[in-house]
Amino acid sequence: MIPAPFEYARPRTVEEAVSLLVHHGEGAKLLAGGHSLLPLMKLRVAAPSLLVDIGRLVDLRYVRDAGDHVAVGALVRHHDLETSPLLEREAPLLRYAAGFVGDPQVRHRGTIGGSLAHADPAADLPGVVVALEATMVVYGPRGERLIPARDFFRSTFESALAPDEVLVEVRVPKVGGRRWAFQKFNRRSIDWAIVGVAAVEADGGASVALVNMGPIPLRALETEAALRRGASQAEAAALADRGTEPSSDLNASAEYRRHLARVLVRRALEQVRR
Amino acid sequence: MTSMVGAAVIRKEDPNLLTGRGTYVDNLRLPGMLHMAFVRSAEAHARIRGIEVGAAAALPRVHGVFTARDLPELPPIPTVVPGLERPSLARDRVRFVGEPVAVVVAEDRYVAADAVARVTVDYEPLPPVPDLETALAEGAPLLFPEHGSNVYAEIPPAGDAEAALAAAPRRARLRLVNQRCAPAPMEPFGVVADWGPKTLTVWASCQSAHFVRGQLSKLLAVPYGGIRVIAPDVGGGFGAKQSWYPEYVVAAVLSRRLGRPIKATETRSENLVAMTHGRAQVQEVEVGFDDSGRILALRVMVTQDAGAYPGDAVGLPMLTMIMSAGCYRIPTVVTGCRAVGTTTTPVGAYRGAGRPEAAYLIERVIDLVSDETGVDPIEVRRRNFLPADAFPHTTHLGFVYDSGDYGKALRRLLEMIDYEGLRREQAARREDPTRPLMGIGFSTFVEMGGVGPSAMMEGLGMLGGWESARARVNPDGTVTLAVGTSPHGQGHETAFAQIAADALSLPLDRIEVVHGDTEVVQEGIGTFGSRSIAVGGEAVRRASLRAREKATRVAAHLLEAAPEDVELEDGRFFVRGSPDRGIGWEEVANKAYRPTQLGDLEPGIEVAAFYEPGLTTCPSGAHCCVVGVDRETGRVTIERYVGVDDCGTVINPLTARGQVMGGVAQGIAQALYEEVSYGESGQPLTSTLAEYLVPSAAEMPRFELEHVETPTPANSLGAKGLGESGATAAPQAVVNAVIDALSHLGVRELQMPLTPERVWRAIQAAANGGVA
Repeated sequence: MIPAPFEYARPRTVEEAVSLLVHHGEGAKLLAGGHSLLPLMKLRVAAPSLLVDIGRLVDLRYVRDAGDHVAVGALVRHHDLETSPLLEREAPLLRYAAGFVGDPQVRHRGTIGGSLAHADPAADLPGVVVALEATMVVYGPRGERLIPARDFFRSTFESALAPDEVLVEVRVPKVGGRRWAFQKFNRRSIDWAIVGVAAVEADGGASVALVNMGPIPLRALETEAALRRGASQAEAAALADRGTEPSSDLNASAEYRRHLARVLVRRALEQVRR
Repeated sequence: MTSMVGAAVIRKEDPNLLTGRGTYVDNLRLPGMLHMAFVRSAEAHARIRGIEVGAAAALPRVHGVFTARDLPELPPIPTVVPGLERPSLARDRVRFVGEPVAVVVAEDRYVAADAVARVTVDYEPLPPVPDLETALAEGAPLLFPEHGSNVYAEIPPAGDAEAALAAAPRRARLRLVNQRCAPAPMEPFGVVADWGPKTLTVWASCQSAHFVRGQLSKLLAVPYGGIRVIAPDVGGGFGAKQSWYPEYVVAAVLSRRLGRPIKATETRSENLVAMTHGRAQVQEVEVGFDDSGRILALRVMVTQDAGAYPGDAVGLPMLTMIMSAGCYRIPTVVTGCRAVGTTTTPVGAYRGAGRPEAAYLIERVIDLVSDETGVDPIEVRRRNFLPADAFPHTTHLGFVYDSGDYGKALRRLLEMIDYEGLRREQAARREDPTRPLMGIGFSTFVEMGGVGPSAMMEGLGMLGGWESARARVNPDGTVTLAVGTSPHGQGHETAFAQIAADALSLPLDRIEVVHGDTEVVQEGIGTFGSRSIAVGGEAVRRASLRAREKATRVAAHLLEAAPEDVELEDGRFFVRGSPDRGIGWEEVANKAYRPTQLGDLEPGIEVAAFYEPGLTTCPSGAHCCVVGVDRETGRVTIERYVGVDDCGTVINPLTARGQVMGGVAQGIAQALYEEVSYGESGQPLTSTLAEYLVPSAAEMPRFELEHVETPTPANSLGAKGLGESGATAAPQAVVNAVIDALSHLGVRELQMPLTPERVWRAIQAAANGGVA
C-alpha cells in the first residue's frame, strides 16, 4: 500500500510529455486521473521510475461536435462524460456507461484516456468504444496516428500505444438515432464488471461488445452474424460466448461467465431490438 | 425536565469527526518520532533458515532492522493454551502469511516500506494447513509438533443426544459453514509508543486502554504507574481491536532501545492479513422433531478454525454452544466444540463473537424443520418459543437468560410486513417466469449483551466483568464523567451524558464524558460484548446519583435544611414545599469548593462507582428479509429488510438505529458478499478491498426498524445492549429468504456468502434433479 520511490514530472504540453517519455524510456509512465495506476503502484505491482503527470493538460479536456463524430479529449473525466448533453444526444451509450465506472470519487478523477490506455479487460469503457467503433487518436515523436478501437487493445493491460505515445483523443461516431444497451454484472456497484455487454443497433443487426470475456474487449461476432442472418434474439444470444476465453476468479468461474455473457447479451438485444 | 433517556439526541461526537478534527493514532506527530514496519511472512508454513537484513539496514534514513534474535527482551504474545505461545516476532518458524518476522525502523513509513522490500528471508517450506479438513486429516502436518495435534482445545459433548434424537418422530442433519470474515474497520490498527525515562506512553487504536495497560505491565514487567495508555478517536474495532497484537510490545521495546517515539500503522493490505479474522466455524447439527414442528432434541458439534495460534478463538465456540438453542425450549440439547489450528491469520472476536454463529445455526434449523414438516416458519418459531413467563431461563449449560418476550417482537414484525400479502406475492411471482423469484426469511434471535459478570470474564482472562464511572461536579456547575468503557464509534459521549443528565437533573450540554486514557480515567474494563450501556451505563448512573447525593447535602447546608427535605428539579435545589426558596446547580457546585461556606462538609464533589452486574443480558428480536432472486443469474437483491429489536430500554433511538443498521449491514455483508479466502498453498486470496468485498451503502436496502422494550432486571436502566444484535440477526434472515425463494425447487441449504454463482448453481442443480 506504499509505492516504491519514483520521480515526478508535470509537463505543460503534450509535446513536452512525449519528449519526457522519449528521454526516459520504458520506466516512464503517464499519470492522468491516477485511479488505475496508483493502486497498482501502491501494491508495488507497478513501479515506474518516472511519473509524467498529464492530469492538468486542460487542452485535452473537451467534448466537441466534430461533424460526423464527437471528439472526446483524453483527459475528460468520467463525470464529464456522464453529464455531457452532446454525448446524450449523439452517443448516449458512452454517457450512460460512464456512470457505471467505479464510484463518484473515481468518476470525478478518472479519465477516459486513462481508462482506455490502461486496457483493463474488466473495465467498462474499452468495451463501449469497441461497440461504438470509435477511433483513438494518439500522438508521439513520429506525429499523430489513428487507431480503430478494435485494434487498440492488444492484451491484458496492453494497448497499441508505443511507450512514447500519448492517447490524446477518442473519436466517437454519432449514433444518436440508434437503439443501444449497456449491461454490467458485478457484485458491488463500485466493482469492475464480472461480465459486461455494450450493444448498439447496426444495419441488419447490432454491434455487440463483451467486457471481461477475454484479455481484451471482444465483439460477439457469432451473435452479430446470427442477427444478420435473421436469427431471433435468443438464438443469437446463445452464441455470445463463442470465441471468448473468460478467466476464473473469486467472483466467477469461466463457465458462469459464459452463462452470464449469453444472458446479458440476450437482455441487451431485447433492449436494442424490440 | 423531560427524560433524556429515550430522547433522539444527535451525537456530541459528530461535529469533531465530521469536520475532520478527530485525532486518530496515525494523526499523532511527536518530536523525533520514527516509523516501524514489519517484514511479514510470505509463506503460510515454513522454517526460517535465515534473514538477510544488510541491504535494508544500509538504506539512508533507516535506523535499524531487527529480528527476534536482536530483541531477546521481546515478550511473546500469551495464548490460552500453555506452551503454545505466539512469538511477537517469529523465531524459527512461521505459521501464517502476514506473521511478522522482522521489523524495520526508519525516518518515515515510506523509507520503512522500501527497507522492508529489501529484507530477504530464507524459508524452508513446510506443508500448509489452509483449512480445517487438512488440519484434522490423519497424519496432518502439525503447526506445533510438540503439541501432537492441531486440536488446540476441545470440550466434548456433555451427555448423549442420541436417545432423544432416536426417539423423535423425525430427524434431520445440517452441516453449516460460518465463513471466515475480516472485521475491516475503517481505521486499521496502529500504535505509537514513547518510552521515556519515567513513563511508557502508548497511544493505541484499541477497545480498552486499561486492558492494554494491564497487558503491557504484565508482559514488560513495568508497574501500572509507569505506563500510560491512551485510546484517542478510534475508527471502529468490531471486536478485533480487543485482540493483542505484536505491535504493542515491539513498538515499546524499540522505543526504549532507540530512545525515540515509534509509530506503527497498518496498511489496508496488512490489516487484512494481520488483524484477527472472525467467525470461521463449521457446525455439524442434528435435530429431532415431530410433525407439528416441535423440536425435541438438538445435537451440535462446533469446529472452530482458530487460525495459527490458540488465542481469542478458543472461547468463541463456547459462546456458540451456550447460545445454540436460541429463543427456543428444546428438551434435549447436547453441544461440544473444539478449536483447531490452521496456517492462517489468527481468529478472534468479531461483532457478536460466537453468538451470531449460534443464531445462524438454530435459525437455519428452524427453517429446515419448517421445510421438512410443511409447517409455516412463523408457526414453527411460535410453537418452540420460550414463553414470556419462562424467565429467568437456565439453558443446557447453566447460562441464564435474564428476560425476554420473543412473541412480542415477532407480533410487531408481522404487523409491519403484511405476511399474507408477501406470501401471495411470492406465489404469484413463482408463476410468472418474467419476474424474479421471491423469498421471505425470518430470524428470531437472542444473544448476549452487557457482557459480565466477573466470574465469566475472569474465565476469559479478563480482569473482571464490572465497569466504572467517576462523576466530578466542577466549580462552574458542569459535570465531567470519566468512564472505563472505551468507545470506537458507539457514541458513548452522547448516551452516557443522557443517562447522567437524568440522574443529575442537568441539561445535556453541561455534561462531558472522557474516556480512553489510563491517566485520566480510573481502572476500567472496556468496550466489547455489547456491555457499555448495560454495564458501563449503570456505573454512570450510580456515579451520577452519588454526585447528586453529595450536591444535595451541600445544598441542604446552604438552605439550612435537612438533606432528606431537599429536592432537585430542573437544575434547582429547593426545600420540599417551598419551591421559591432554592438555589441552582452552579451555585451549589461552586460553594462545594469553598470550605468557608461548607460547615463540616468535606469540600469537592467527585465520586466513583464500580458496577458489577449480576447477570448477562439477552437482547433479542425478530427480523425479516425479503429477497428477489434472478432466475437466470442467481443474483440476490434485498427488496425489504424489516427488524424489530428488543434491547430493553432504548437510551437514544438515533444511535440505537445506527447500531442496528451497522450491524445488519455487516450481517448482510456476511450473507452475500464477504469471505476471507486462502489458496491451497495457504496464500490469502483476499488481501485488498478489491477482493474482500465489503459492501457499500449502494448495496444496502432501506431499513425498516423498530423496537419493543422488555427491560432487563440486570440493571436499573433496564437496558440490554445492542451493538451486536444486527450482525447476529441478519445473516440467517437473508439466507433463509434465499432458500425460501428456491425451496419449491428442492433447495434446502446454501453456503454463505450467497454469491450469484453459488445461487445460480443451486438453481441449475435443482433443475437437473439434484440438490447443490
